[in-house]
Amino acid sequence: MSDSPVLTQDALEAAHHAHPPYQRHHFETMDQQNDATNFAMWLFLLTEIMFFGGLFTAYLILRNWYYPAFVAASHQLNVYWGSLNTLVLISSSFTMAMGVWCAETRRKSGLVLCLTLTFLLGLVFLGIKTIEYSEKIEKHHVPGFHYSLQSFLNPASDPAAAQYGDKPLALDMARKTELYFFLYFAMTGMHALHMIIGIAILGFMIFRARAGAYTTGHVTFVENFGLYWHFVDIIWIFLFPLLYLISRHQ
Amino acid sequence: MSTTIVTLPDQSTARIPKMNYLSKENGLLSWLLTGDHKRIAILYLISISFFFFIGGALAGLIRLELLTPQSDLMATDTYNKIFSMHGIIMIFFFLVPSVPATLGNFLIPMMLGAKDLALPKVNLLSWYLYIAAGILALYAMITGGVDTGWTFTTPLSTHYVNTNVITTGMAIFIAGFSSIFTGLNFIVTIHKMRAPGMTWFRMPLFVWAHYATSILMVLGTPVLAIALVLVVLERTVGIGVFDPAKGGDPLLFQHLFWFYSHPAVYIMILPGMGVISEVISTFSRKRVFGYTAVAFSSVAIAVFGFFVWAHHMFIMGISNYSVLIFSLLTMLVAVPSAIKIFNWAFTLYKGSITFETPMLYAFGFMGLFTIGGMTGIFLGTSGVDIHLTETYFIVAHFHFVMVGGMLMAFLAGVHFWWPKMTGRMYPEKISQLAALVTFIGFNLTFFPQFILGTLGMPRRYASYPPEFQVLNVFSTAGATILGIGYLLPVLYLTWSLKYGEIAGNNPWQATGLEWQTQSPPLTENFVELPIMDHEAYDYEWLERQKEKEVASVG
Repeated sequence: MSDSPVLTQDALEAAHHAHPPYQRHHFETMDQQNDATNFAMWLFLLTEIMFFGGLFTAYLILRNWYYPAFVAASHQLNVYWGSLNTLVLISSSFTMAMGVWCAETRRKSGLVLCLTLTFLLGLVFLGIKTIEYSEKIEKHHVPGFHYSLQSFLNPASDPAAAQYGDKPLALDMARKTELYFFLYFAMTGMHALHMIIGIAILGFMIFRARAGAYTTGHVTFVENFGLYWHFVDIIWIFLFPLLYLISRHQ
Repeated sequence: MSTTIVTLPDQSTARIPKMNYLSKENGLLSWLLTGDHKRIAILYLISISFFFFIGGALAGLIRLELLTPQSDLMATDTYNKIFSMHGIIMIFFFLVPSVPATLGNFLIPMMLGAKDLALPKVNLLSWYLYIAAGILALYAMITGGVDTGWTFTTPLSTHYVNTNVITTGMAIFIAGFSSIFTGLNFIVTIHKMRAPGMTWFRMPLFVWAHYATSILMVLGTPVLAIALVLVVLERTVGIGVFDPAKGGDPLLFQHLFWFYSHPAVYIMILPGMGVISEVISTFSRKRVFGYTAVAFSSVAIAVFGFFVWAHHMFIMGISNYSVLIFSLLTMLVAVPSAIKIFNWAFTLYKGSITFETPMLYAFGFMGLFTIGGMTGIFLGTSGVDIHLTETYFIVAHFHFVMVGGMLMAFLAGVHFWWPKMTGRMYPEKISQLAALVTFIGFNLTFFPQFILGTLGMPRRYASYPPEFQVLNVFSTAGATILGIGYLLPVLYLTWSLKYGEIAGNNPWQATGLEWQTQSPPLTENFVELPIMDHEAYDYEWLERQKEKEVASVG
């Protein structure tokens, strides 16, 4: 994101000689176009950070107020599934990064392969998330719908809680676990929504990549989508410790 | 620098150029699918005017109800809905997009010497989002309205009312994204699309003001979006983040809401300040005094604007220490605002001032914004705020800033750039009259409200004690005059589209790049890429240009 907009006269004249078909009419040079779209993508990600920021703020405040409830409730999450999902997402980031590299070096089949792998890993992530959500539904840990305090008032009766040696919570603190699950579903749900949007765009891109759209030297779209995909991953990298690993240090 | 007196050019020989952005393509589709920033600006101008008159009609109903102490024109519930919808429409569908989406859209690429905004499709998308949001808001209004006030305060909005909170909330969510995309587009354009020689400190102050506005739009609006999503989730599935019964915190909503909505008042005023800088400089034929200070004061307002939100919450149970700190920070915002006012005053000093309509509106802005800003200091002082908050003093304060400030600036800008946008002049005499009528009507409407507020009349009630009636009658009478003041421009500006005098390229002899091309401009704005080889507001450069022209023709 270099910040020098003053185009030299030479650059302008050079640009007039060669107009690639994908250069939009209002840009003087291809560099200017790529710079501008990249910069726009970074700004968009900044707005996304602010968007998730509201949820993270709510999480921080409520976690400080109701720390025991948040610890007990986090024990209900499956660290095994959570870690596996983290691994899946990081791998998908890797395949996406490889995809951008393939596009830059004009490897069409490589690009299609990488995008397809990213697509599949994204689906695996959502699949595992579905398993996790259904565990919550079975244990009546979905807030607002017959929410059950059983695991927190009587942790001995719940294998997940017993495994951590949880002490029973007082009733008013146990009720606050519902807030934890509100946040859990709101934050992972908002993250999953971003994943679904990303997967839909990936589907479209695989289709276009097979027609050779991104391997002609114009890779901005793949690059910017890569930024989005990595951003969604990073959100998860923050969500995972905040939601799953609250009391690991104790 | 000596003052240059320029005689305005003779317009009798001017012709409207055959090729321009209006005549390039015809048909509805050529407008609905356009990527041209100028056409999108016109689309925005039409749509925000539509919403302005809906909001204005609602304001008329409010003033009519308050003509008498009893609640007689409408039921009190209806009154609550009317003032809520007035606020929502005026803020989210008029003030926030008013100057940026119309004048900013039209002018920023031209002022920078670019062919278009960096992302034309995103620009069009932003207009469609605005329209979708507007339709949704109107749908919510027609099917029962919403009565939470524009602030959606929890737990009122989540637990105690049964009106269209969800629909309206979603409408504002979508309108927010329209605003984010506009801001994002401006930032990218200002960074990446400047013409050769157009350095940061050669940009017109209008562009600086929009840069600061865009930062606020991009960073603030997503926070409002998530706050509204949480309110909607609370109403639909009962998420308890703002619900004290479940352990949530209603104050958290206030923090999130005002984290956007305080910067939003700067979104609503900064672009207007940009307009005023251009107008004051042009009609006093002088470079803006202290250009760099005015440029940085816009950015300073944007930065400080993010650290003062809790002054809306002094009576809502935040700690005394927070009150102290936010009170101090609030005072800080007054500094850059004052820098602007003083610098405009010094620009006028020894200038060759003429009194065309935009200048009259600009004078109105300077006076009214100063009063609005100074009363903001009263309200930032926590002791006084506790007495005055939730009274008509607040109402008068923000109407002085928003209506007296932004709306005056918007009208100044529309008149100033009307010749550029349409190629025709507005009729001067009647528009000067309209500016005067607006000013008188405005003061008559809102000045009595300051007195009402200090006397203790609370806002948001349909009835009031009979001793307040005299001042309320003044206010309602003023609102009627103000209404006429706003109706007049619609009539004569529409008239001028066909019958106005032909303007020529640069009727005001202004220095901005947008004036150095034909009016109305070509679709790509300039015949060849302009090169900026002089400072902004350099009237001597303009003189030399004219001499050159004469020499080459001779």
